[in-house]
Amino acid sequence: MTTDLTPEKKAEIARGFTEAIPHCRALGMTLVDIGEGEATITMPYDERFVGDPRTGVIHGGAVSALMDTCCGAAVMSHPDAPAITATIDLRIDYMRPATPGQRITAKATCYNVTRSVAFVRAVALDEDENRPVATATGAFTADGDPRRKSNEALS
Amino acid sequence: MTSTPKRPRPEPVEVIKHRRDSTLSALVNGVPYIKFLGIEVERHGDELTAILPFAEKLIGNPMLPAIHGGVTAAFLETAAVIELTWVGLWSDMEAGALDQSDLRDEALRRLPKTIDFSIDYLRSGLPRDAYARARVVRSGRRYASVHVEAWQDNRNKLFAQATGHFLMPNLAE
Repeated sequence: MTTDLTPEKKAEIARGFTEAIPHCRALGMTLVDIGEGEATITMPYDERFVGDPRTGVIHGGAVSALMDTCCGAAVMSHPDAPAITATIDLRIDYMRPATPGQRITAKATCYNVTRSVAFVRAVALDEDENRPVATATGAFTADGDPRRKSNEALS
Repeated sequence: MTSTPKRPRPEPVEVIKHRRDSTLSALVNGVPYIKFLGIEVERHGDELTAILPFAEKLIGNPMLPAIHGGVTAAFLETAAVIELTWVGLWSDMEAGALDQSDLRDEALRRLPKTIDFSIDYLRSGLPRDAYARARVVRSGRRYASVHVEAWQDNRNKLFAQATGHFLMPNLAE
């Protein structure tokens, strides 16, 4: 089912899917770029997402949500992966606190897809692009068997 | 006639509950993002259970629907951080050594920093309330390791688990 889709069509589906996610809308995420297994998603600074009110630094959980979404979008846009996926595992390393007031941007690359698993890495940056805020590595489902419905992937 | 010195009378239960509940409340309600997600924490003695009441804005897959993987990650990380801070606060709290004039600041300055957090997604998060309990596996002077389990309907059917490493705050600073 997925092999017939053009890269443009896959990117469009991934974009529509990502922007329709209620939690992504709640966090104000915008998809900047997507295609061929790569995705960039950005999230504005918002006081509601602060983890430490003494410093105004964004909570790690909000960064995790951004990374997870971006990794999922990268998988969905990969030519060899099905247009739907679910996270199997995700590891996030926090390099430094994001600078308060600055937007956070995640860039994800789906670098390998097998018959059942997609492997992804991502980086989260604030406006100082030379010093990453966090990095992530993850494994996602890539079950392209049309006899299985996408929602069975993790159920 | 005088008897031998007795043990001091135990504190009234209301005093104990107030001390513990106000400390926990300062820790949980001081963080805007915890409020944004709607996470609550229930206490039984020193045992904490984090609760994530289901809400529309937590959805990550509108077709299933399922809770967003990032929400699950944030929920587990929050449960881990609160447990670790709570364990560290406990003896000072019980000894009456916490600054009651600014309990929120007293709690926040003890928050650890997350070094890394690794989440296993075992089942998709269903559109209903989720629960999490964390266990401090090892807590040293500088680093700590915490394991968290999360479930929904059945305590023995986990939908996610995670391990995180944390940098403990230097309270002498």
